[in-house]
Amino acid sequence: MAAAEFDIPEIKDEIETPKLREGSMAHAKSFLAGKPVQDFMGYPHELGEDWKERAIDKMGDLLGKYRSLKVFLDACVHCGACTDKCHYYLGTSDPKNMPVARQDLMRQVYRRYFTTAGKLFPKLVGAKDLTKDILDDWYSYYHQCSECRRCSVFCPYGIDTAEITMAGREILNHVGMGQKYSNEILGKVQKIGNNLGLPGPALEDTLEGLEEDIEADTGVAVKMPLDVKGAEVLLVTPSADFFSEPHVESLIGYAKVFHAAGISWTLSTHASEAGNFGLFNGNYETMRKVAMRIRDAALELGVKRIVVGECGHAWRVAYSFWNTLTGIGYGGNDPFSIELQKQLDPTYPQPQHICELTNDLIKSGKIKVDPSLNDDLVVTYHDSCNVARASRMGTEPGGQFTIPRELIKSVVNNFHNMADDTIYESTFCCGGGGGLLTDDLMEVRVKGALPRVTALNNVVKEHQVNFMATICAICKAQFTKVLPKYGFDMSMVGGVHQLVSKAIKLD
Amino acid sequence: MSTVTMIYAGMFYIATLLLVVGLGYKIFDYSRTPAPLKIPTTPAPTTQKGVVYRMAKEVVLFESLFKSNKWIWVFGWLFHFGLLLVLARHLRYFTEPVWFWVGIVQPFGKYASIMMVLGLAGLLARRFLVDRVRYISTPSDYLMLVLLLAIGLSGMLMTFVAHTDIVALKAFFMGLMYLDVQPVPMDPILLVHLALVALLMVIFPISKLLHAPGLFFSPTRNQADNPREHRHVAAWAARLDQNN
Repeated sequence: MAAAEFDIPEIKDEIETPKLREGSMAHAKSFLAGKPVQDFMGYPHELGEDWKERAIDKMGDLLGKYRSLKVFLDACVHCGACTDKCHYYLGTSDPKNMPVARQDLMRQVYRRYFTTAGKLFPKLVGAKDLTKDILDDWYSYYHQCSECRRCSVFCPYGIDTAEITMAGREILNHVGMGQKYSNEILGKVQKIGNNLGLPGPALEDTLEGLEEDIEADTGVAVKMPLDVKGAEVLLVTPSADFFSEPHVESLIGYAKVFHAAGISWTLSTHASEAGNFGLFNGNYETMRKVAMRIRDAALELGVKRIVVGECGHAWRVAYSFWNTLTGIGYGGNDPFSIELQKQLDPTYPQPQHICELTNDLIKSGKIKVDPSLNDDLVVTYHDSCNVARASRMGTEPGGQFTIPRELIKSVVNNFHNMADDTIYESTFCCGGGGGLLTDDLMEVRVKGALPRVTALNNVVKEHQVNFMATICAICKAQFTKVLPKYGFDMSMVGGVHQLVSKAIKLD
Repeated sequence: MSTVTMIYAGMFYIATLLLVVGLGYKIFDYSRTPAPLKIPTTPAPTTQKGVVYRMAKEVVLFESLFKSNKWIWVFGWLFHFGLLLVLARHLRYFTEPVWFWVGIVQPFGKYASIMMVLGLAGLLARRFLVDRVRYISTPSDYLMLVLLLAIGLSGMLMTFVAHTDIVALKAFFMGLMYLDVQPVPMDPILLVHLALVALLMVIFPISKLLHAPGLFFSPTRNQADNPREHRHVAAWAARLDQNN
């Protein structure tokens, strides 16, 4: 089934807040997961007769487990501060893509079944019985949210729509409406070890091919080790880095950094994926199972450090959740976390972002770079949402903004930021995050990219920017697909380590 | 004792009970519900001290709202800080002798009512005028503002236009506090004012007014950004570690 035709939005000089066009994206519906996929995940694949009870039960269960959900559903006062903050609203004009309206899709049901006011005076407080129409709205609009948290920056109570979307998708899964794209990936990562379903031998072949390419290109035998016991560093990177363009250029960059610094490192077949789509579906157990592969690989290979490649949501899970989920980090005093902690080298942060690692190496002079090798480029940097608003790098708050920029500026001579209200904590999502990077949501993705593309267009006009660096596999895949629709060249997107790769001096 | 006095006395006892018990239950419920994951909206402070500072900026200055929308911020801040001063001024009806600082606040509290009503009027106007806000508004959103406006305006009427017998009013509230009910002054404006306040107290714990305690429990604002240094595990999630 081909996706419906749609008009590409026109890029204006400024990001404009559109007038409401009700229902304009109600038709967007990601493909539903079929039986085998849902079976593997332990979910039904179609609505049973008791779907309504199941949905309400699950909502109650989540309300008891997540303070965020409970507080966020109660606290909203409908002030409207978030209404013009979501890139999907800005790009589609559909009012249900305003963060508060997206939350209200669940809040109306929450109020009806879980609050006194909603039980007594449903009309007054906008409480509604759960119906199939509402469930369909959930499915449609909880798959038009990339869980980027931009709204949570601007909410006076810090309400994060991502938490509501995650809960919504979890409930949908429980009644049999799983999303094909995300759930298939969750199956592959658990069965094979990565989201692309790339088996071990294929991975080995790919890495050997890349080693040959680098040697042909540079004359230096840079290695890409796999499953090497006793290596110092385990590198966990999104599987797109193994063969997607432009991702692979950054993988080559990481390999060159390790080579130049003389750090022994390895990839792992079992943990050949940094991405963790468990985040997107709001299921703690699934997210934990997927993350446990990293712990298992680290223990098995006996590594001293765990470093994460360029991937936005993966860095959120790694930085913010790995310690909680798997004990990768410090401060645990239970046997489960001590087992791993005593193996890891306490002089480094665990896990560490590849940008932290490379930036430190350049600053301390352990690797040499020549930024003039990137003089053909005028570079800007797209802060990926999960890195910007759900993680950190370095020791200071905001290191997630300064460290990648420091690194870029050390390897390129021409750098310009995009407009202030579109970067740092106010950064706009690429439009493809949170489980939306699928062709059946192309209209949502293209329209959702409009604010970022507008900001990019302005630096292109003003500073002749011809390269937008980013540190997220989803951003890279999304932009290479979506930028051409707006008339930009797809090769203008790439990783930060793609720039490092060009500038680094190898011996 | 007149019927009206009995009704008003009963009303305030019940309203206070519902407010305290309802709010107490909600706060208990929020505090017992675990936050299993570290989800501060970053950049976030890395220490608990920093979190207190961040939270103070949210509570006092409405920092996030300021970043977001200057109109809502102006109206919201005028309303809330007008209300705070007005409430402080009202403490004189519940204290004998009147606390020193409550005495100082009196003239400010008097004019703060103007701030409060202006802020509310601005917020109400936005509900009608801004299409995005109109779309998300439920009947209760309008009524809540109307209720607060009616409380503010009836109070201002008594302060600036038709004074009520505040000595008798104070005797009524002191009487309620010491379980020695005194007659409520039979001023229609006052009776309306008091009834609306009692209504507000009753709906506080079952309405969006829960944003007040909610803010303090919001994990995106009250968590320190230190997940690599400290292992954070909720009780229900810790059980999963034991199966490995």
